[in-house]
Amino acid sequence: MTERLIELKNIAKSYGRVFAVGGVNFHVDRGEVVGLIGDNGAGKSTLIKMLAGAIAPTSGEIVVRGEAVTGWNAARSRDAGVETVFQDRALAVQQTIVRNIFMGREITGWFGLLDQRKERSEAERLMREIGFTSKVFSPDSIVGQLSGGERQGVALARAIYNKADLIVMDEPTTALSLTETEKVFRFVRAVRSSGRSVLFIGHNIHHVFDIAERFVVMDRGTVALQATKAEIGTAERLISYMEKLAHPQGTATYDSDQSISGSRA
Amino acid sequence: MSLSLDPAAGRAPKVVRPSDGALRRFFNVNRASIGTLAVFVAMIAIFAAASPRVFLHWPIYSSVLVTLPVALCLVVPLVFIVTVGEIDLSFPATMGFSAWIFALVVQAGYSPFLGIAGAVVTGMALGYAVGALVVLAGLSSLIATLGMNYMLRGLILIVTQGKSIALLQLQDTTAATLFSTDLFGVPVQVFWALAFVVLAGILFNHHRFGARVKAAGDNPDSAAQMGINVNDVRIATYVFMGVGAALAGVLSTMVNFTWWPTTGDGYLLPAIASVFVGGTPTWGGVGTIAGGAIGALIVAFIQSGIVAAGLSGFYVQFFNGLIIILSLIGHRWNQRRFR
Repeated sequence: MTERLIELKNIAKSYGRVFAVGGVNFHVDRGEVVGLIGDNGAGKSTLIKMLAGAIAPTSGEIVVRGEAVTGWNAARSRDAGVETVFQDRALAVQQTIVRNIFMGREITGWFGLLDQRKERSEAERLMREIGFTSKVFSPDSIVGQLSGGERQGVALARAIYNKADLIVMDEPTTALSLTETEKVFRFVRAVRSSGRSVLFIGHNIHHVFDIAERFVVMDRGTVALQATKAEIGTAERLISYMEKLAHPQGTATYDSDQSISGSRA
Repeated sequence: MSLSLDPAAGRAPKVVRPSDGALRRFFNVNRASIGTLAVFVAMIAIFAAASPRVFLHWPIYSSVLVTLPVALCLVVPLVFIVTVGEIDLSFPATMGFSAWIFALVVQAGYSPFLGIAGAVVTGMALGYAVGALVVLAGLSSLIATLGMNYMLRGLILIVTQGKSIALLQLQDTTAATLFSTDLFGVPVQVFWALAFVVLAGILFNHHRFGARVKAAGDNPDSAAQMGINVNDVRIATYVFMGVGAALAGVLSTMVNFTWWPTTGDGYLLPAIASVFVGGTPTWGGVGTIAGGAIGALIVAFIQSGIVAAGLSGFYVQFFNGLIIILSLIGHRWNQRRFR
């Protein structure tokens, strides 16, 4: 029996009379990788901002490990073990890997002096845990020297150190090469096998299909589909489903209605 | 010729990176300050070649060492402010103001040590006020601190009517022995200033505060996301600047037991120049305390060095500028920029 980590019940977010997200039921279990896909404006960003507590839902209920949480905000979200990893903004690129992992949660001894030896060994342990090791760089390497995939590794190591149970990755592979993407997948699999959950948001359906076991497809503020990998079968079937969502008439012509809703939520 | 689809066929030999030895790492971490030290050594060598009679004897060094402690107390906290991504132009007035409180306490017949405590508290309060103005009101630190510098200096002049305060009662006190004598032919103030530099270096490189200053200067969004109160960190750097300015004010008053209403005025541009000559970049996130201290040494030496080398005083400003520009070019070439 899998443990239900977090559940959103009938969550809605409206701006005036416009619903960015309208009545979504959505959950993540312990130790699973969930892929969240949908076109621009489908409500993905609003949903993950609500998960992070950055914006408050207009209505609905958030249940963490079976208990409903009232007054959901950024602090509650962090206490619940949710950590969001944004692709570019997450790291301080002039600092070392160690300083990024322990940013805001430094390991200190007397008088707030840094316990650099302990931080270094803890960083090495975290990096080993997700298979993020190399002869080329060390925990003292500057993050600006790392590739995009390696930076995702630093962000993941930091999330694990912060005791995150659910790591939300917002388009982690969007600007990455093939090998870099493979590297990020390896980290994500390692994170999952350590019993944590990942919510993986992506535009590239092949990427999301490769890494996730269950998929949530959003369309115009609602969940259009929730299905496991086995139920869907192949990435191609998922892609053709997405195309039908975008062009309900079955034509591949330019859909003016779609382009109007195309602003990012 | 057929196209080979075997990746091994066209593969370049593996890149072997040099090992990360301890010495190499030390050099990499301290790149900026070692570069600054090289500039200093080269400068002294040129001076010594131009005028060996002066530069191979102690008195020239001893004369520079009189002004150096005050400069060190100002430059080192300024590195924190630049690293957090701000600037401060109000420290000369804070220095004058704190030293004024020190002079008033001593003049009223209290212990000079109480005066020092009063100066430091004043410096911290003024630093907090300046920092809060910049951070909480969201003003440009360049303009807001310039305004504060004029305002505080104006306040001093209005109240004192431009009159100085002589503190001859300080002579032959314990405080005078501690802050105004020579030790091994070196002004004792140098040792206090060095102790302050070391303390600030520990704070910058080995303390939570320094780590947060760098994080907040590097990527404020990320720092805030990780639970760091970026505003508090920024204000704290201004409070620390106030401490340094107060110490600088006390030391400069102790040199000849007189407080002037202009105390601190001449240090604005040399102190700022020292930070950047030292290798701290302008964009925030990284900085070097050791480099800043050596930068202060360079700036202090230019003036006496040029005169001693036999050039007229008219050359001083030109060479001041030349050294600053050459240092910046050197650091740009020496340091890699990641943002």
